[in-house]
Amino acid sequence: MDRYAKQRLVGYLARGATALVVSVMLFVVGVTIFRGARILLTNPSIVVTPPGTQYMLRAEGGFLHAIVGSIFIVIPATIVSMTLAVSTAVYLQSDYSSERFSDLTNMFLNVLWGTPPIVYGVFVLTIIFATGARQSLLFGIIAIAIFQYPIMTRYTDEALRSAPDTVKEASYGLGSTRFETAQMTVRSALPGVIAGVIMGFARGIGDAATVLFTAGRSTNMPAGPMDGATTLPILIYENATSPNDELVAQAYAASFLLIVAVLALIGISKVLAGRFARYAPGGRHS
Amino acid sequence: MAESTESTESSRTRGRLSTRLRRERISSVWFTVAGCFAIGIFVLIVVTMVYQSLPLLQEFSVAQMVTSSNWNPGENQFGFLPAIVGTVYVSILTMAMGTPIAILTAIYLAEYAEGRMKTLVGTFIDVLAAIPSVIFGLVALLVVVPFVGNYLAPAFGSSATGQGIFTVSLVMSIIVTPFMISLSVESLEALPDELRETSLGVGATKWETIRTVLLRAAGPGIFSAVLLGFGRVFGATIVPAMLIGSQTQIPDSPFATGQTLPTLIVNDFGELMSLPLTQSALIFVGVMLLVVVWLFNFSAMLIRRRLKRRWQY
Repeated sequence: MDRYAKQRLVGYLARGATALVVSVMLFVVGVTIFRGARILLTNPSIVVTPPGTQYMLRAEGGFLHAIVGSIFIVIPATIVSMTLAVSTAVYLQSDYSSERFSDLTNMFLNVLWGTPPIVYGVFVLTIIFATGARQSLLFGIIAIAIFQYPIMTRYTDEALRSAPDTVKEASYGLGSTRFETAQMTVRSALPGVIAGVIMGFARGIGDAATVLFTAGRSTNMPAGPMDGATTLPILIYENATSPNDELVAQAYAASFLLIVAVLALIGISKVLAGRFARYAPGGRHS
Repeated sequence: MAESTESTESSRTRGRLSTRLRRERISSVWFTVAGCFAIGIFVLIVVTMVYQSLPLLQEFSVAQMVTSSNWNPGENQFGFLPAIVGTVYVSILTMAMGTPIAILTAIYLAEYAEGRMKTLVGTFIDVLAAIPSVIFGLVALLVVVPFVGNYLAPAFGSSATGQGIFTVSLVMSIIVTPFMISLSVESLEALPDELRETSLGVGATKWETIRTVLLRAAGPGIFSAVLLGFGRVFGATIVPAMLIGSQTQIPDSPFATGQTLPTLIVNDFGELMSLPLTQSALIFVGVMLLVVVWLFNFSAMLIRRRLKRRWQY
């Protein structure tokens, strides 16, 4: 085979691999949306109906408990995690820490970033055992917040790092304090920061392993922060292997909601990133 | 009169300055706390989990547990070998299927695709990376499990239900590929265009440029992307739990059912939580996962540094 034939062959292979990846993605999204939408259209009430007492056996009622659980676990977790993550990134990128300490922290952040979610789940579970508490909504929030923290910090840190130094220099030159300068830096990197927070949110809403043992897999509506709860991914996981066809159908409906939520989040992050680009120097003015 | 205005003005500026400085000091304390949070939470996780697995480590030695294949927590037999073999089996099979596809797609995205096509494919891959893995598991139960059980496994002469090592690997390779793609594309795109121009300018074909110049220069990044992907497969929980069949045995073929370390935790936590030794054993599984993933991350970092020095351009 001469070198030009080889070049063509590699071109085909690269295109073929990409086509494969894209078609797999379209297939998975398509199957979920198609099946989920069909189930939701024939019986839309399952979204707003709380589960009955015999939910896991006879599929009484709907899965409102999982939707409520997802919302009340992931949103507070994201807020906590976002506060911490943005602060950590500011600490690492502004002039608060020495370079050596930043390097060390970055190493630990990388390790945390690669840590399997199940480890976070087990860690929070050991805390539950140690304190003698029960699995509940609150511990679900803690687990998801710990899980999201390294993801958000990584994105935010990268965004702040790519913010131009001129912002910082100009701000210091006008006599600002470090805090005020940090505010300006964060603002100039806002598109990246927001994208990072939304990516963390999307990962948090889709993760099951962290909340599997910490939120309590309950099949009732959560009554308070110390009550057991469940989230959409756990519901899908539990229902998927059930012999009851109606429960499997509800798993598809839940997947539909989850996929729509994730797609909407990606869309929102793109739109917001475009809108906040005007804070960045040289960004689009609107 | 003029004097008094001046003095109120200066006192006002001084007041504002002291507020600003107070704000600066308070925020500085907060940022330091947040900056130490990463190390703090890591240390806390390691200490708590090692402490909780001490009861098990006092009873049995690590070497003994890792090489024994008897897993029967009810009778205090903790052999982690089947789960370890299953995890390694799944990881290697996944990477064997996923890595070539990931690198080829990364080459396409970084070197071939242009304009609108590039944005479109890039967005698709972002979407694929953001889909929760539990959804892949659900779709795989509908599509992949019957396919493997009815067609693929019989074609290789083994009877199977469709759940097993191969099914998990196939689905995991779909999940981990976009992750590796985006990391590889990043390191390919960071290369300066002069490299491409020089190589093409002396008459190399596109493939020769990619193979001898670009893949080398981006090698450290791609290598660590693969290692990070490996770590991710290693700790994957939900998809294996749904698809592996969860039987604690050493798998004898790619289509056999098995167990991975994370599924061991998922399957045994529910009913055996009350036995303190079992609880300790499952937390020890978490420690093992942490150590392995830590090794992967650390070696990825070391290799990246070494290769960067050797494959300089």
